[in-house]
Amino acid sequence: MSDLRFSTETPTDAEKQAVDEVVALMGPATLHLDERYVVGGRQRADQRRTLLLPALHALQKSAGWVSPGGLDYVCRMLEVPPAEAYGVATFYHLLGQESPEDNDLIHVCDDVACRLFGATELMDDLAAGGHQVKASPCLGQCERGPAVLVQRIGQQDLSVVAATKQNVEAALGTQESAASVILPQQGQEGLPLLGHIGLVDPQSLESYREHGGYRALTTALELGGDRVIEEITTAGLSGRGGAAFPTGVKWRAVADQQGRPRHVVCNADESEPGTFKDRTVMEGDPFALLEAMTIAGVSMGAEQGWIYLRGEYPVAAQHLQGAINQANTAGLLGDDVAGSGHKFTVTLRLGAGAYICGEETALFNSIEGFRGEPRNKPPFPTTHGLFGEPTAINNVETLLNVLPIVRLGGADYAASGTQGSPGTRLFCLSGRVVNPGTYEHEFGVTLREVIEAAGGVADEASIRAVLLGGAAGSFVGPEQLDLPLTLEDTRAAGVSLGSGVVMVFTAQDDLVDTVRRIAQFFRDESCGQCVPCRVGTVRQEEVLVRLGRGKALPTDEALFGDLEMVMKDASICGLGQAAASAVRSAMALGLLEVTQ
Amino acid sequence: MWAIDPRRTASAKFADAWLGLNVGTDIALANGVAREIIHAGLVNDEFVEHATEGFEAFAAFVEPWTLDYTAEITGVPAEGIADLAHGYAQAATAQLMWTLGITEHHTGVDNVLALSNLSLLTGHVGRWGSGLVPLRGQNNVQGGGDMGALPNKLPGFQDVNDDALRARFETVWGTTFTGEVGLNLTQMFEAMATKDLRAVWVIGENPADSEADVKHARAMLEGLDVLVVQDVFMTRTAQLADVVLPAALGWAESDGTVTSSERRVQRTRAAITPPGQARQEIDIIADLAARMGAKDWGYPTAEELWEELRTVSPMHGGMSWKRLAEEDGLQWPCPDEDHPGSRFLHGRLWERPISGRRAPFSCVEHRPPVDVLTEEFPLRLTTGRVLDSYNTGVQTESFNSPIRSGEALDLSTADALALGVQAGDRVQVSSRRGSIEMTIDIDASLQTGLAFTTFHFPELADINQLTNDAYDSKSGTAEFKAAAIRVEKITEATRV
Repeated sequence: MSDLRFSTETPTDAEKQAVDEVVALMGPATLHLDERYVVGGRQRADQRRTLLLPALHALQKSAGWVSPGGLDYVCRMLEVPPAEAYGVATFYHLLGQESPEDNDLIHVCDDVACRLFGATELMDDLAAGGHQVKASPCLGQCERGPAVLVQRIGQQDLSVVAATKQNVEAALGTQESAASVILPQQGQEGLPLLGHIGLVDPQSLESYREHGGYRALTTALELGGDRVIEEITTAGLSGRGGAAFPTGVKWRAVADQQGRPRHVVCNADESEPGTFKDRTVMEGDPFALLEAMTIAGVSMGAEQGWIYLRGEYPVAAQHLQGAINQANTAGLLGDDVAGSGHKFTVTLRLGAGAYICGEETALFNSIEGFRGEPRNKPPFPTTHGLFGEPTAINNVETLLNVLPIVRLGGADYAASGTQGSPGTRLFCLSGRVVNPGTYEHEFGVTLREVIEAAGGVADEASIRAVLLGGAAGSFVGPEQLDLPLTLEDTRAAGVSLGSGVVMVFTAQDDLVDTVRRIAQFFRDESCGQCVPCRVGTVRQEEVLVRLGRGKALPTDEALFGDLEMVMKDASICGLGQAAASAVRSAMALGLLEVTQ
Repeated sequence: MWAIDPRRTASAKFADAWLGLNVGTDIALANGVAREIIHAGLVNDEFVEHATEGFEAFAAFVEPWTLDYTAEITGVPAEGIADLAHGYAQAATAQLMWTLGITEHHTGVDNVLALSNLSLLTGHVGRWGSGLVPLRGQNNVQGGGDMGALPNKLPGFQDVNDDALRARFETVWGTTFTGEVGLNLTQMFEAMATKDLRAVWVIGENPADSEADVKHARAMLEGLDVLVVQDVFMTRTAQLADVVLPAALGWAESDGTVTSSERRVQRTRAAITPPGQARQEIDIIADLAARMGAKDWGYPTAEELWEELRTVSPMHGGMSWKRLAEEDGLQWPCPDEDHPGSRFLHGRLWERPISGRRAPFSCVEHRPPVDVLTEEFPLRLTTGRVLDSYNTGVQTESFNSPIRSGEALDLSTADALALGVQAGDRVQVSSRRGSIEMTIDIDASLQTGLAFTTFHFPELADINQLTNDAYDSKSGTAEFKAAAIRVEKITEATRV
C-alpha cells in the first residue's frame, strides 16, 4: 500500500457514499468555488481531522475493510496526508487491512475470562463451519462468556454471548444482539448507581423521567455550577477509572479556564480485561449517563460533551445514540439545556478496538483523528485536553456518581462507604463465581463478601487466586479474601481496585496460561510509541511462553525483574507502567511454579 | 491566509483561500481590490488622512477597476476578489508577503507599489502583525543589500552619487572613488555584449545556469577577457572561469553577520575549519586588494570590519559587535547604542505628528507580460521552485529526496489532451529565444493555458534557454515568470 503519496486506487461507489455521509457533517476540507477560487487550507483541514476515524468506520462498514481506494478518497476529502491516515487506519483491530472473505467477521474473545469457558474450542467450531474468525482481546462480556462480536458489512454489528456455533449462526439470521444483561442485584434497595437498571426502559426518555430521571439536572441548575462542584468535592468523589483522582478538583480546574472552549469527555472505552460494568449501565440506563454529563457540562461551562465508547459495544452504542437523539429533541441537550440558557451537546464517538485508547490522552488523540498514542503529561487535560482545550475527562462510573451526589448533597453521599473512600463501587464479578455480573457495594466491603454476594464458588476451598482490578491489576490469594475493598486498604496491601474487576480462579484453572494471556494482551495492545513498553512487553511474553513450556531459562527471573523496572520507570503511560503488575503478583503468589 | 498564485501550489494548499490569477495580472488584481475596498467603505480614513498622500488621485485612478473588469483581466471570479478585499481590509492585522512571483516581471517594481497601495488604504503597515514582507530566498539577501551590494548604493542604502555621503566613506577609507552609479546584473550582460565589460568577478552566484535566456548569458561569459569565480561549489559558471577561488561557507565556516527579512542583524560564528584550499572570503578579498596595490589592509577580522561599518552606516550605528551577540541580533535602523532597534520599519507613519514624509499612493498601470501569446507561441510558461530543491541545484543536487521526481514540464489536463501528450512523453518546447527537449507531466490543478517548470535541473532541462530576459528598468530583474512557448510532441519522425 502506498502510504506516502495519494494512490491511484479508486473507491467503489458504496465506499464513496459512506465517506461522503461522514464528510457532510462538516463539509469537505476543500471547496472548489470556481476553477480559480478555492477555499480550503490547513486550518479547515485540521478542523476536519476529527472526522477521520468516523470516516474509516464508514469504510469498514461499507466494504468490510479499509481499502486503498477508500483510504485514498478519505485522504482527499479530509486533506489528511496519506501516510498519517494509513498510520491511523492500521492502529485499530476493528479496521481491516485485507479484502474480506465473507460478509461477517466473527471476533471470538479468547481473553482471560472467556478462555475459561471454551473460547478456543468455539473458534475452532466456527472456523470449521466456514466462518471468518478472529481471536479478540476482552470483549467486555466476561460474565457470560464466551463472547462474540460480529462485524458485518452494511449491517449492524452483533454481540453474541454464551456463544456456541449454533447461537452465533442463529444471531446472524435474526440479526439480533444478545439482550442486555439481567442484573443479579435487581430489586435490591440502596443501589444508587444500578437502581434503575431493569426498571427503566433504556430506550425511552419518558420511562427514565417516570423513574425520577432528570431531577438531578433540575437541582443542579438551581444550585449553580460552583455549588455543584463544591458538593462533589464535599462528597469526596474520586475517579473510578483506576487513578482515583479527586473529581471535584478536576472539575474546579476546568471551570476556572474561563474564556476558553471547554469539553466534558466520558471515557467509555471500557477495555480492561475483565471489565463490563460500564457496559451494563450504558445498555441499561443510558439517560443516567447523559444526565450526569449534562450536569458536568453546565457546571463547568463546557459546551461540548463527548462519549468515547469502545467499538465492541454495539448495543450500548445503539442505546446511547437513541438517548442522545431523544434528549436533543426534548431540549435536554442543545443550545438551551432545559431552558437554562446553557449550551451543551453530546457527540458519541466509537473506538475501533484499541485498549490504549482508554488512556485519557490517547483517547483525545483518537477523537482528534490521530493514532491513539498517549501524550506526555504535563500539560494535563484540565488545561490542554481534547483539541488542546480544557477538558474534564471522567469514566462512566465516576459520572454516574454525580447524580446521587446532587440528589443527596455531598455530605449525605459521603456518609456511605468509608471515610477515605466514600460512596459505592461497581464490581465486575466473573470467572468461577456462581452468579457472575455487575454488582454495586459500598466501599469497605471485603473481597470475600463480594464473592459471596455473587454466590461464591461451587467449592470455596478451591479458590486459588482472584484477579483484582483487571489485567493491569494484580492477583491476590485466598488468604487475602478479608481485604476491605477501599482505596486506602488496597493501596496499603500493594494492590489496586482498578476498574473493579474481581475474576475468580479455582484449582481447575491453568494460571500459567492465564498469565501468559495477560502478557500477550499487553504485547498486542502496546501502542509502540515508547521503547520500554514496545520492547518490554514482547520480552515479558517471551519469558512467560518459555515458562509455560517448562523451558524457563535460569536468567529469566532476573530478566523479568529488569523488564518490570524499566517499564515501570520509563514508559510514557500507565499501560507500560502496569504491564508487569499482574505477572509480578502471580509470581509472588507462586502461581507460576511449573513442575518441570 | 490567502494565496494569490497562478498555480495552486503546496503553499496555496495551506491557505484558507486561493485565487488563481493569470500570470502577470498582479497590478490588475491589486487595483481591483483597492477599488472594492474604497467602494465598500472599508478604507482606514484616519490613517489615510494622517499618513498618506495622493488618495484622491489614486481613488480616481482605480475607478475603472470594477470587480467585473478585474475578473475579466485576472481570470479570477469577482466574488473571490471581493472576498479577498473585504477579508484583508477587515482583518485586525494583515500582512502582504511575496516572493519572486511579484518581482520577476517587467513590472516588478510597479507590482510592489500596487501592493503598497493596499497597505496604505487599510493601515496594515508599520504596526505589530501588519506590514509588507518581501520574503527572501536566502538567509542573507537583505544583508547583501544592506552592505551596499547594489550598483547605486553604499553600505546602509546611502546613494553613491551623493557627494556628502560619499565624502564620509572617503575619509574613513582614506581614498577617493567615483560617484557614478554602477551596473545591475542585467546591464552587466548588456555591457559584456558591447565589450564594455571585459572582466568579471562572480562571488557566490551561478549566472551560467540562472540567467534568463541563458544561452546568451553563457556566450557572454565565455567571451570575457577574464572571468574569476569565487564560490563554495564548482558551479557551471566556475567551470567557465579562468580563475576559481574556493571560498569558506558563510555558515559554520565563517565569522560575520547575516540580516534576515525582518532587518535583524545576527552574528554567525565559525565552528569548523573550511576544507582543502577554501579560504575565508575576507582573506581572499584582502589578498586581491593587496595584488591590486592596496596597502595596510592586512587580514581584518569580521569584528574589525563590522566596527568600521558602524562608523559609516548610520542605520547600523548602534549595533556594536558585543550588542549583536548579547541581544540576539538587532533590527535596523539602530542609530546609537541606546537605541533598542526598530521593530517596525514604517512605524513612523503612526507617530503623531508623523515623522518624515507622508507615504504616497502610486497610480500604477497594468501592463501585460512582454512575451505575448500568439498562435505560434500559445502557452504561457512560468517558472518556479519546489520544496526540496534550491535554485539551479548547485546546493541540492547532491542529495536524494523522496519527493523529488526530476524535471518535467507541467501541463494542465486540457492542454495535454489538446496536444495529444501524456505524462512521460518527450516534447520539444520552444520560445522566441530557444528550444529544448523536455518530459511532460500533468498537473490536474493547473489552469488551462499555463505551463510550469522549475529550473532546478539545468543539466536535464535547460529551461532558461526559454525564459525572457526582458526586464524591469527600475529593478533590473528579468521577467522569468512569463514566457510564451510552443509544445510539440516528439515522434521518431520529428526527432532530429
